[in-house]
Amino acid sequence: MLVEIREKSFNAYREIESFENNLDIKGKYGATASFIGLMRDFNEGREVTSMFLEYYPEMTEKQLNQIANKAKEKWNLLEILLLHRIGHIDIGEHVVLVSVWSEHRKNAFDGCRFIMEELKSSAPFWKKEKTNTGEDWVKKNSPG
Amino acid sequence: MQVSVKYFASLRESMGESSVFIDIDKESSVDDVWQRVTKDKKIEIDNVMATVNMEYVKSSYVIRDGDEIAFFPPVTGG
Repeated sequence: MLVEIREKSFNAYREIESFENNLDIKGKYGATASFIGLMRDFNEGREVTSMFLEYYPEMTEKQLNQIANKAKEKWNLLEILLLHRIGHIDIGEHVVLVSVWSEHRKNAFDGCRFIMEELKSSAPFWKKEKTNTGEDWVKKNSPG
Repeated sequence: MQVSVKYFASLRESMGESSVFIDIDKESSVDDVWQRVTKDKKIEIDNVMATVNMEYVKSSYVIRDGDEIAFFPPVTGG
């Protein structure tokens, strides 16, 4: 299991490929599901030019690990890759990656979804969007 | 007893500081701490989340000496 907060941009597809290539459980899993969240150039009808992601050092890592461990146990996931950006983020960059590996697709789909929704509601991250007219904190998440 | 209080995101900006140490009575709750730190400030926030030692707690949670309390607006990661 790899859970990390990243200050620098990452390519989620390369991260998945690299992580899977290094797994020593080949043949044990028959399904993998991934979710990638990306930086949009709009939100609630406004043009957004970039974003800053604040977090709570130590607690955010702790919370992400708790969520991943809960999902691992509940859906019998064999492996989990969870990456989340912080700091300055440009349009089009990958913000979050959740990848899970399991024996069958149901647990992969459900476990991946669970991690993402739990992260959205309880992991201490806060988005501040930059627009042409200034900066605003995002007040709520879009519905899942 | 002494506890540390941290603020994040929009609340940090409203409070004008990211953290503070305060002396507070024994058996104080998280809500007591919130009332204390916002007493002389005009804070407009719909929903405050609170943690003690990096675990989510209710406002009635009783704090102990040396605890780290954090207040912040609803989280918006992902």
